[in-house]
Amino acid sequence: MSAARRTIRFLLNGKPVQADVAPHETVVEVLQRDFGLFGARESCGQGLCGCCTLLVDGVAVSGCLYLAPFMDGTAITTIEGLAEGDRLHPIQECFVSKFAFQCGFCTPGFVMMTKELLERHPHPTEDQIRHFLSGNLCRCATYPEIIEAVKAAAVKTSEIKQS
Amino acid sequence: MSRERNERTNVIESQPAGERHAPGLHEVNHSFRRLESDSKVTGKAEYIHNLRIPGMLYGKITRSTVAHGRIVRIDAAAALEVEGVYAVLTAEDICKVIPDPYYGPAFHDQPILALGKVRHVGEPVAVVLAADPHVAEAAADLVAVEYDVLEPVFDEMAAAKLGAPVIHDVLKPAGTFPDLKYLQGRTGTNVALDTHVRRGNIEKAFAESDRIFEHVFHNGKVIHATFEPIVSLAEMTGPNAMTIHTASQSPSFVRTEVSRLLGWPENRIRVRTAFLGGGYGAKLYIKLEALVAACTLLVRKPVRIALTMEEQFYTITKHAATVRIKTGVKNDGKIVAREVETYWNTGAYSDIGPRVTQKSGFTAAGPYDIENVALDNYSVYTNHPPAGALRGFGISQVVWAYEGQADIIAHELGIDPIEFRRRNILREGRPHATGTIMRDVHLAEVLDQLEARMDWKRPFDRGSGALRRGRGVAIGIKACIAPTSSVALVNIYGDGSCAIYCGTVDMGQGSDTAMAQIAGEVLGVPSETVRVTHPDTDVTPYDMATLGSRSTYHMGNALKMAAEDARAQVLRVAATALGIGAEELECRDGAVISPSGARMTLQEVMAARFGMQAGNIIGVGSFTSPYQKPDAAGQSAQITPFWMLAGAGAEVEVDTETGRIRVTKLVNVGDVGRAVNPEIARSQYTGASVMQLGFTLFEELLFNDGQVVNASLADYKIPGMLDVPADLSAGLVEIPHRFGPFGAKGIGESGMFSVSPAIANALFDATGVRMMTMALTPERVYRAIREAEKRPLGSEL
Repeated sequence: MSAARRTIRFLLNGKPVQADVAPHETVVEVLQRDFGLFGARESCGQGLCGCCTLLVDGVAVSGCLYLAPFMDGTAITTIEGLAEGDRLHPIQECFVSKFAFQCGFCTPGFVMMTKELLERHPHPTEDQIRHFLSGNLCRCATYPEIIEAVKAAAVKTSEIKQS
Repeated sequence: MSRERNERTNVIESQPAGERHAPGLHEVNHSFRRLESDSKVTGKAEYIHNLRIPGMLYGKITRSTVAHGRIVRIDAAAALEVEGVYAVLTAEDICKVIPDPYYGPAFHDQPILALGKVRHVGEPVAVVLAADPHVAEAAADLVAVEYDVLEPVFDEMAAAKLGAPVIHDVLKPAGTFPDLKYLQGRTGTNVALDTHVRRGNIEKAFAESDRIFEHVFHNGKVIHATFEPIVSLAEMTGPNAMTIHTASQSPSFVRTEVSRLLGWPENRIRVRTAFLGGGYGAKLYIKLEALVAACTLLVRKPVRIALTMEEQFYTITKHAATVRIKTGVKNDGKIVAREVETYWNTGAYSDIGPRVTQKSGFTAAGPYDIENVALDNYSVYTNHPPAGALRGFGISQVVWAYEGQADIIAHELGIDPIEFRRRNILREGRPHATGTIMRDVHLAEVLDQLEARMDWKRPFDRGSGALRRGRGVAIGIKACIAPTSSVALVNIYGDGSCAIYCGTVDMGQGSDTAMAQIAGEVLGVPSETVRVTHPDTDVTPYDMATLGSRSTYHMGNALKMAAEDARAQVLRVAATALGIGAEELECRDGAVISPSGARMTLQEVMAARFGMQAGNIIGVGSFTSPYQKPDAAGQSAQITPFWMLAGAGAEVEVDTETGRIRVTKLVNVGDVGRAVNPEIARSQYTGASVMQLGFTLFEELLFNDGQVVNASLADYKIPGMLDVPADLSAGLVEIPHRFGPFGAKGIGESGMFSVSPAIANALFDATGVRMMTMALTPERVYRAIREAEKRPLGSEL
């Protein structure tokens, strides 16, 4: 466990930070231990449930598998970086208004994956939504509400872009 | 005041336009957004999983590799040599602080760490503590345990037989449940409980039946797979005081049980929880709490243990069950006799298995009006991981049997399946098999709505070639567990703002919001302004547990009484101040108002009472469900405070060349009394039905010599987006229950009941193949199809 630690520098939700990490440590561990960010969380530990989803240079990854040293020089976006102060991101607003969560443990992962989805497909079909989000699991099975939330968020995001 | 009222979302179904909530209700029966919405979508909601305490140690568990064996030797030397290991603890250490280290809600049968013997693969044998979780994990693998292997038994039918290997030398009922006392000291058996219901004359009724049907149904084990793991953290908060932070559905029980184990009074143990990242019954009674309590007492440092997903598979499961069901009917379809014998596989430790056995067992004749009934239930120890409660306490296992058979009988008699059920259902005023007269039951309305939503009368395309289509229905009944108690407080502060103190744990079901709506309704304040204090046994009063769909009814009633108590005090103060009789005043819009227009805000009421912005008005409410203990024949005038009734309908497409079932439509309808928050209630229904869809189609623990061979989400698949039926809906039958808070009943489980037999019945409709064993995996279905075609597959495939 005494493997060589190294210092990495990266942008965390827009702010430059640094961390001292061991080669075996994951992104989730470092975000929780060094930055007190618990929105990306480990559940299955195999990158299958999506609870640990966050964005590395805009691309969704499983934070429970992604090794912390690879964050060096990247821009990391977590669920904590989405809202602007008290103003929720449109995706978050739609998850609230459509009742798109129950226990909430998987919710940050779904929100982050939706962010990547809407950047790639601003007007997704229901099939696209289902396929894009098929790597995120919700044990409470709040799936129909999540689909509705994503549809609403797509509309809201494009309205914001137009105005 | 601006209200965050949620616009109608049409998420799950189209609602008729306009107001749909009950007249006169301002808070209850409205679909307000959840109180904790912002914290959950921003990732800031509090879970115990997130808690770190300075100086704490991480515990990792060394687990048994054999299913049944005596422990010959535990060698911790190699583990202790790992740099950074703080301690390695075994049962020998635990006994120093807890001389009799056996726990459990029904039986004191489960040792905190294995003592002398192991009874299932994965049983905790030792725990390694270290400041670095990776160190603890690596060292836990180095604890060497030598076993003298004993013959194991896994099947519930085999384990119940005389001569089977005996798993527990002696039965040790906990004493919490008086009806288990007769088992004290029983030896030489794996049957941990047998319960019986007798009504009418079953032999005579079978003799007089036109047709008799007898079948055996079976289901395997599945797991909860909560995404927040089972996690507990204990710390000493004084020389003789302890705080346990735990992701628990039953903080009050944890405190009682840990205080019993330690021999401490309850007031020295504080148990608190936060939001739960899923519960479904996995986080009930005691899981890791006794272990972390013992560890922290031994090392005097905070200790945290969290399970991995793999470890969940070895910790708690749903019961496998074998159900033999024999039914006598008249040619007109009237059921006259039913005999059901169920063997429940409770695993190596009983957890709440005996309650699953009894409470689900007495409903095993189904929601039917049958004069002659005999029900026998056996809770059986085996060498599998323990089985406990999983969203329904065993109900879906018996529904699987009686609704599969109902479909067989209807088909054989040539009666439409819905019509067959309509002729037999239990209606208001009729006696249940337990003798309890049915009250506030609306199964006829459930069936009507189910028939309408399934569009049952329309011609149905059954497909052609390899792709066959079919549809099926099923209905189920559950009794709410009884007797249980809830106590609640309502606190009005000096500025007129309000808080509620209740022990109900919000694990996703939306109880914070629902409880705030109930309190808000009584106090006349907007529910989103009500503060909900999370369970903390130092602060919140007793609650039996958040389980069995009991909270809305029990805690809802306690809280309603507490709010009424607080309101009465408020009105007395206002009456004096305004010189108006209290009976003329009401609480509305955050104030006390009179018909003549006099008005006092709650803040002004508090100032009138205390002379300044100060003090508290505290309302207290306490509710214990009415209950009469059943007699030796299982008969009781009141077996439950309320009945849960629900039905499901499914349309499926079956690929007869692969055995794969695709559920294209899934409808769930339930009698909910009155929905406190209709949108959340519907979400509970669809969520429960998709969870049960996973149990029906593909979820199943697979064992090899007691080892779970698919103990990860890679090998044990749970439903994802692509498994959700394109047409998924929930229908609520809202006819207020006379004693429910504002008419509400519990609803958290009833969306599960009927899904599996509805899908199996649809499979039969599509293919003519009748499945009596779950899960309906493609392999199992394809084998059955080939069997029906008289060209069975060999076992090598």
